[in-house]
Amino acid sequence: MFYRESGDFSTTYAEDNQTFPIKFDRYRYYAVLAVAFLVIPFIINDYWANAVFVPFLIYAIAAIGLNILTGYCGQVSLGTGGFMAVGAYAVYKLMTAFPEVSMLVHVPLAGLITAGVVTLFGLPSLRIKGFYLAVATLAAQFFLVWLFNKVPWFYNYSASGQISAPERDVIGIIITGPNTEAWAKYMICLIFVTLAALIARNLTRGSVGRKWMAIRDMDIAAEIIGVNPMMAKLTAFAVSGFFIGIAGALFFSVYLGAAEVGESFGIDKSFLVLFMVIIGGLGSIFGSFAGAAFMVLLPVFLKNVFVGLLGWPTDLAAHLQFIVSGGLIIVFLILEPHGLAQLWRLAKEKLRLWPFPH
Amino acid sequence: MPEQLLFAMEVTLNGLMAGVLYALVALGFVLIFKASGIFNYAQGVMALFAALTLVGIMDGQIPFAHIINAIFGTELHHFGWHVPALLAIILTAGVMVVFAWLVQKFIFSHLVNQEPIILFMATIGLAYFLEGVGDLMWGSDIKKLDVGLPQGINDWIDITTFEVFGYGFFIDNLDISATIVAIILVAALIIFSQYTKQGRALRAVADDHQAALSVGISLNFIWVLVWSIAGFVALVAGIMWGAKSGVQFSLSLIALKALPVLMLGGFTSIPGAIVGGLIIGVGEKLFEFLIGPMVGGATENWFAYVLALLFLVFRPQGLFGEKIIERV
Repeated sequence: MFYRESGDFSTTYAEDNQTFPIKFDRYRYYAVLAVAFLVIPFIINDYWANAVFVPFLIYAIAAIGLNILTGYCGQVSLGTGGFMAVGAYAVYKLMTAFPEVSMLVHVPLAGLITAGVVTLFGLPSLRIKGFYLAVATLAAQFFLVWLFNKVPWFYNYSASGQISAPERDVIGIIITGPNTEAWAKYMICLIFVTLAALIARNLTRGSVGRKWMAIRDMDIAAEIIGVNPMMAKLTAFAVSGFFIGIAGALFFSVYLGAAEVGESFGIDKSFLVLFMVIIGGLGSIFGSFAGAAFMVLLPVFLKNVFVGLLGWPTDLAAHLQFIVSGGLIIVFLILEPHGLAQLWRLAKEKLRLWPFPH
Repeated sequence: MPEQLLFAMEVTLNGLMAGVLYALVALGFVLIFKASGIFNYAQGVMALFAALTLVGIMDGQIPFAHIINAIFGTELHHFGWHVPALLAIILTAGVMVVFAWLVQKFIFSHLVNQEPIILFMATIGLAYFLEGVGDLMWGSDIKKLDVGLPQGINDWIDITTFEVFGYGFFIDNLDISATIVAIILVAALIIFSQYTKQGRALRAVADDHQAALSVGISLNFIWVLVWSIAGFVALVAGIMWGAKSGVQFSLSLIALKALPVLMLGGFTSIPGAIVGGLIIGVGEKLFEFLIGPMVGGATENWFAYVLALLFLVFRPQGLFGEKIIERV
């Protein structure tokens, strides 16, 4: 009753081809956007921005990127942390080399640079598959982190080996550096997330996305029906790299402000983003958001419970956090291997029939 | 003989020894992967957990003391006794068997027939879980592990090589004993899998699950068995690495080092794990020695991966892996 496709007639091709063809979905989407753009910026404070919203939005971009590669094209990648580092260092070099150019240009440029690097590391995927490929992407992870540590040019020869974001503004509003307001951080991330999600959604339901899914489901069969596996795999790596690069750039410049590559973009990041994708649901844009929200909120929630509510020492809480998140991941995989997106699909099914279940 | 060459020889020997340790971890991976198709990321954390448990039992630590103290306000820490190394090792092996049973019962029996990526993610979850449990049980401080293995420079090799080449090689006694233990372990595994009933059943399961099931082999039992063996291999690896560099969190990272070893040797081959381990061990030490100074050092972090990656481009199934045959 609440969710239905029937009675929703398209009278033009444009209407039939729009991003959300079903009315309910479309209005829900507008409602979420309205809240995100018109309500949250006015009530957000520093704690909520830094602990929840900004990391959630940035990880959502990274998760969309990885989901395109792993969920839609079936190429497992464990190099996300290293690829985010490419985005971060690219935006750092661009910011310091061309201070007069807007960040709105630098961040997508950093994404493009990352796309190039990721495509390069995606080349072995033409020969290797499955877990062999997953481990091969670890080569990218370790090599990139080492590279950014060892070559001083990347961190502008700073003595600490760290990179720190200089202050930059967009139309007069400071968005990087220590003087940034919470809502400005939030808004810049939100703009990029919205665009990224829109692009990803339309790519995945178009011919490119169909080719990716064909490769994922069975690459040899896909090749026989005329999908070029090289093009499909490499475009997946490139598009995924573009999103992950943007996420890395924002993560460094807007969220962290200063970063040390081994600490901020280590192997943990790769696993974290992979968890988001799996828990959210492979092959679903909504799932990327759900997974990112889950993995960002979980530690905040656990910390509040253990330290704030029960008053246990923080190191103990940290151990328990490992146990609970590890355990939850296992429970999740057992109960719902298709992730949170599947729960949403089931909910839609229920809403369609409600209140008559049969 | 020129000095550079002697150094290189010494580095190669040390690399071989390090490779044995990598091979030990890789062995645990291969066993589980062959028998159940699970790519067990938790192998390194299992080694850490086993080593932590061993130290805890030997020193008579009270498990979960920290959290008990936090809840009840008590001041518990040790039982006050010391357990001899051998008994402690047997007890720890028992703990690993219980762990194997729990893993099979509560996790993987619910995940039968899932896709490999889901199983892999479950082992990552398991790794996090086990890491937390290990720290919570035994505390997260760095511990010294001493089970009575000889340590320090081997004088005999030092003196002999000095007499022959005029330069004494530095070989750690611990590495030599690790090599011997690894050889014994592999021999025992081969004897077990070739000449015992359970071993043959294990190989049958590795060959074909359904065929094994149809002749009356209990898959559940075999999976518990193989996780137990992997737990035992993890214990041995944990002892060796723990004695070498202390029992601490970084121990679990050796699992990551074992991955390129696996790629090189092939995921399904036990000889592959050993040869791959040796190649990686020697390769990364020699590369660090010859090329490392030119590019700023610390190449050990990535060399193994890049070597494995380049190798795979030419031989996608690894050195000894089964040939990949694909059908539509």
